[in-house]
Amino acid sequence: MKKFIIAITALGLLGGAVAHAKTNPAKDLKDVRAYFFKKFPGVPLQEYANGIYGVNAGRRVEWESTMEFPPSEPGVDAGKALYNKYKGAFAKCFGNGAGKGMRQNYPKYDAKTGDIVTFEGAINSCLKKNGQKPLGWKKGKLAAMSAYMASTSNGKAINVKVPNNKKALAWYERGKKHFYAKRGQLNLSCANCHIGSAGGQIRGNILSPALGQVSHFPVYRKKWESGGKGVMGGFGTLHRRYGGCNKQVRAKPFKAQSDEYKALEYFHTYMSNGIKVNAPGVRQ
Amino acid sequence: MRKPTRSNLASSAVAAVLACMTLIMPISASADAVEDGKKIAFDRKKGNCLACHAIAGGSMPGNIGPPLVAMKARFPDKAKLRAQIWDATAKNANSMMPPFGKHKIISEKEIDKVVEFILTL
Ligand code: HEC
Ligand code: HEC
Repeated sequence: MKKFIIAITALGLLGGAVAHAKTNPAKDLKDVRAYFFKKFPGVPLQEYANGIYGVNAGRRVEWESTMEFPPSEPGVDAGKALYNKYKGAFAKCFGNGAGKGMRQNYPKYDAKTGDIVTFEGAINSCLKKNGQKPLGWKKGKLAAMSAYMASTSNGKAINVKVPNNKKALAWYERGKKHFYAKRGQLNLSCANCHIGSAGGQIRGNILSPALGQVSHFPVYRKKWESGGKGVMGGFGTLHRRYGGCNKQVRAKPFKAQSDEYKALEYFHTYMSNGIKVNAPGVRQ
Repeated sequence: MRKPTRSNLASSAVAAVLACMTLIMPISASADAVEDGKKIAFDRKKGNCLACHAIAGGSMPGNIGPPLVAMKARFPDKAKLRAQIWDATAKNANSMMPPFGKHKIISEKEIDKVVEFILTL
């Protein structure tokens, strides 16, 4: 195992050193769109919000029939009830809107602390500040409440900002490095599966394009529903999914809300700027 | 030319024995090796080659890599086939194909058996 970690670091350093001199998020965004528009001719930008269903007509039929009565709905209602319980606190922390209609602006670079603030991070630090117990990061209550809050942003275009300063660009670059570095015993990068082989098939799974991948998080998965408890059991945050994709390649996952995943979310979400929020997505 | 040293002699003797063995053994070993190799190639926890390649006799293949057909014609040199399986990134640094030998995903012996199986395709 140690050997792989060393190999990854070496690769990472190399990529970082080369890329750092010319970190250019706007250009990356343009390039990734151009790549996918060429790979999937005729698929409009907003369609990428639908993951594999945007690029695979066969799977889409089944999904559309599922979406007539989305299995996520009872959980979103439960998330809304929770939201109402904490609304007073949210009004103090998020200001006007109390956390509604704001999802599209996260994750955010906080110039005061030099940190990246994810939406779930903002929710939990708000609860703490108001003397409430923070909620578990990956699933259950926080995921369902965050899914409800994200749904109040549906139709608003993702708008993540990477200000032109050293710290913000370093966060972005770290996330980009994670996305392109091969890792794990199986030696695969996020980009291998979700850029190079997007639309392709690994066994029974179609691979979604990286573009638009974040638009519908927290997501509701049938796989998680069967292992979860109650109507909120099927939800998971983006960091839960990151952990799953790291594990698939037999790499050790990072902790939810670790700097590594915050950086990844920052880069990954920036790539989807302009795509409208459509949360929560329903996936297998 | 220099006279061969003792250790050179010894190792060439070993090589000669090995060469004989590989001449004699395949007839009995390879039927088993092919069968074992197929199991290893299809096992999701081992080769899981079907994740990416269509292979005759396997169901629900992926399509990330090329279908594995006419392999003897495409790989007249067995060593090249073994090298592709041992570490595909040597030829294509960004290959999707996991380096089965380099990262010890399956053992050297298992790779040998997979090679035997792939060559029957
Ligand atoms: C071995 C291939 C593989 C690798 C490597 C991989 N993934 Fe995935 N990923 C999948 C599969 C399969 C799915 C489920 C089908 C889909 O939606 O793409 C998935 C799903 C996802 C989803 C959910 C998409 C949706 O529409 O809900 C996200 C987000 C994601 N991956 C991100 C990542 C990130 C980030 C990395 C790297 C840390 C990564 N993946 C690495 C195979 C992979
Ligand atoms: C995650 C995807 C993946 C898996 C799993 C995988 N391969 Fe591959 N394989 C590829 C890709 C992609 C190529 C195309 C060449 C390259 O990029 O290395 C390839 C190429 C090959 C080739 C060369 C074919 C040719 O005609 O040039 C052989 C042989 C091969 N794979 C055998 C195997 C065997 C045997 C296994 C299982 C032990 C396996 N592969 C598992 C993705 C995969």
